[in-house]
Amino acid sequence: MVDMASPMDIPAERPKRAWAATLRTAFGYRRTRIGAAITLAILVIALAGPFLAPYEPSAFISKPFAKPGAEFWLGTDVRGRDVLSRLLYGGLAVVWMSVAAATIGMILGASVGMLAAYSRGWLAEVLMRVMDVFLALPTIILVLMVVSLLGPQKWLVVVLVGISHMPQVARVSQGVAADVAGRDFVLFAEALNVPRWKILLREILPNIMTPLLVEYGIRIVWSIAGIAALSVMGYGIQPPEADWGLLINENRGRLATRPLPVLAPAILIALFALGVNLMAEGLSATISGVARKTGAK
Amino acid sequence: MLDMHEAGRAPATGTGNWALRVRNLRIELPQGGDIVDEVSFDIARGEVLGLVGESGSGKTTVGMALLAYARGGARITGGEIWINAAGGPVNILAHDGPALRRLRGAAVAYVPQDPASALNPALSLQTQLAEVLEAHEPGLSAAEKDRRIRESMDDVGLRGDAAFLARYPHQLSGGQQQRIGIAMAILLRPAVIVLDEPTTGLDVSTQNRILEVVRRLCDEHHIGALHVTHDLSVISAIADRMLVMYSGRVIELGSVADVFNRPHHPYSQALLSAVPELLSRSALVAVPGSPARPSERPPGCFFAPRCALAEGACQAAAPPLALCEPDHEVACHKAGAVATNAPMHLPDPDPVPARPVLDVAGLHVAYGRLKVLKGVSFSVHKGECLAIVGESGSGKSTLSRAIVGLVQGARPGLSFHGEALHPHARKRTTPQRQKIQYIFQSPFNSLNPRQTVASILGLVHDTFNRTGADERQRACIRALNLVGLPARTMNLFPDEMSGGERQRTSIARALLSNPEILVCDEVTSALDVSVQASIVNLLKRLMEEQGLTIVFVTHDLALVRNIAHRVLVLEHGVVAELGPVGQVIDHPAHPYAQELLHNARQGDLTLRVARQGEGG
Repeated sequence: MVDMASPMDIPAERPKRAWAATLRTAFGYRRTRIGAAITLAILVIALAGPFLAPYEPSAFISKPFAKPGAEFWLGTDVRGRDVLSRLLYGGLAVVWMSVAAATIGMILGASVGMLAAYSRGWLAEVLMRVMDVFLALPTIILVLMVVSLLGPQKWLVVVLVGISHMPQVARVSQGVAADVAGRDFVLFAEALNVPRWKILLREILPNIMTPLLVEYGIRIVWSIAGIAALSVMGYGIQPPEADWGLLINENRGRLATRPLPVLAPAILIALFALGVNLMAEGLSATISGVARKTGAK
Repeated sequence: MLDMHEAGRAPATGTGNWALRVRNLRIELPQGGDIVDEVSFDIARGEVLGLVGESGSGKTTVGMALLAYARGGARITGGEIWINAAGGPVNILAHDGPALRRLRGAAVAYVPQDPASALNPALSLQTQLAEVLEAHEPGLSAAEKDRRIRESMDDVGLRGDAAFLARYPHQLSGGQQQRIGIAMAILLRPAVIVLDEPTTGLDVSTQNRILEVVRRLCDEHHIGALHVTHDLSVISAIADRMLVMYSGRVIELGSVADVFNRPHHPYSQALLSAVPELLSRSALVAVPGSPARPSERPPGCFFAPRCALAEGACQAAAPPLALCEPDHEVACHKAGAVATNAPMHLPDPDPVPARPVLDVAGLHVAYGRLKVLKGVSFSVHKGECLAIVGESGSGKSTLSRAIVGLVQGARPGLSFHGEALHPHARKRTTPQRQKIQYIFQSPFNSLNPRQTVASILGLVHDTFNRTGADERQRACIRALNLVGLPARTMNLFPDEMSGGERQRTSIARALLSNPEILVCDEVTSALDVSVQASIVNLLKRLMEEQGLTIVFVTHDLALVRNIAHRVLVLEHGVVAELGPVGQVIDHPAHPYAQELLHNARQGDLTLRVARQGEGG
């Protein structure tokens, strides 16, 4: 027979282990671990860099394009500023801006997608058609236009890149949420007259978290590329501030003879994107089980 | 039986009357431990061996192993599977690569549970059937291919003309799709076919016709068949001998009549007592507890923890499979002590006084232009169990969902205690929503997998009450105890529970709002028969102790006999018949009800056994 334990026997609330289990499996793949290591290294450079830099990032300390040496490990840039110091200072912006833009895109896109999946009917049609229109617009030109009109400001770039993610994220979340929205536990909550926002947050969102997490990784990668590209083109962070994208732009004139001031920030941006991408891939392989079947690491 | 085991030691070199010999099959999980072990059995030519077992018993694993296939990372690590194929006996486990692919289909073929997902929706029947022939007999001329395909279509009772073969799977009914699945399996005239629950999900009448086809094909073409199912009435309808599995072991093997009439294993006995009978109400006996997972199996006999007869010897050593009477083997230390209790028959219940709580008056429901319910009227009386029966497509599920206000396209026509019920749950009053509760068919779909039971139940409590956390917890635990679950269930996630436990949780969730009416939509159809018995007993107890009124939607008329006071027969959205359970089942008046009952009688277990007994 079943034992009727008293309330005293109940152990304390446990963590939601579905998450923990997914992450644990994901970290079983080598690509996830490599990705996490790379990302962590970039984050350390970006966050701790300003405290380690030997010089002020915008101090003119030497002649332009000095060779790397004992005094300036990576040489100096077009205006005679220490490349290493500018590199150590210049990561923070691209890191926080790309994460913030991806976050904005995820929140907007997931809200629209879940709402469309759950409401069905005309509201769903309107929402998804609006997303299709967004998708059809050439994002980068749109961003350039708005930034030209309103002036290059960091928050504006973040918001615009964030909005540009919305339609893609909305599509993905609509797809996975539609599956969940048709399930019986959602119907049960409706029969109880649970408010719709609560159904979205309580019943649907937790069930699509894992695919959303993968999408988040992909969105960060795209944000890195977009924001770096914008600052290379001079539409993001403005001189004399230090920034990896800006560094590329400022020093590209002497790429042939002094490649380091261009290559170093380019490599760091690429590594950041690669690291996040590897983590997202590991996570997505965990969900789909593809890696398990094919034996990929 | 003994000489077959002799043959097992020096495996099958001679041809003879056997079709399949399985010896000491062992299948292991990737993390170690076995799913299935020590499985040995034979199938003669033209014989159908029924393989029964509940979820997790390893029956499907054994079925697939006959094709040298293991699912989900499991590996076949031991044993021999000899097939008496046209070219001589082969051990399929000794082959791989192209040789194995040739054997699959030609020597042993597989009929899957769900033909809709096994057939390619983008290819015509002709193309799919021809593909099988081309893969195995590449040299065949077009005329010869057509002849072979027509022959197989004849065999399964389908038209073999070009117009029919040009159809696509979605243009066929479920029964026709399954016939195509069978036609495909016998196209190459294999020595053995494996049927994996081929009739689950089909109506009783369709099921009966499919089983007839399988039986006839095995007789005519001398095919040995392994028919895997959880449904004992299917076994009784089709099999010559049956094999009962529990926790990956064979526990009983014998002729269907012997095992049904004189089960020697306590588990087989319990399974048979858990099956409801159509012709009279009986006390359904449920097995306490649930089977252990492969990693948590006890020492000794795996069934011992749930067995009333278990004693020291059972915990000490696993019982070997041994003869208990001629041609009847059992693996139990206490086999002699298992009593064949005749089922305890009960009278049909007296009708409850006609005090309507729920009135349905001319209810119409339409999905777009499709009219599902066309003016359904009846009343549900306080304290009764009203069963709603009908074949798939009769509108019974729609009716049950309309009662709780979960269908779009319903017109008004419901009233509760004389007050009109709005067609949509959200527009009803809080007491109305509270007093009419719904239990879903699949407990695998009705509980949010990302929430603990505490959180799932808490939502219901908080919807209707404003109390502190302590009172919420007490209320939830009270509800769990009512359905026979311990308080520690509170911290489990749905995937940590068995199907029966999930369905109990679902019922506890409904009870939390203190309902008057419980609408149960096929609540046992996703469950094993012994679990079904425990859920039915629970619902009966709740009716008696809590004075609940139950609307019980099902396709299983034997189940209806065991729980209902009155029965409503629904035919294409119209009430065909409504009356006391004994009257409707024993003397149906409406032609549609008569047809339903006729089919149910054909499939009814007890009748079959009785008939087999008479036939010798």
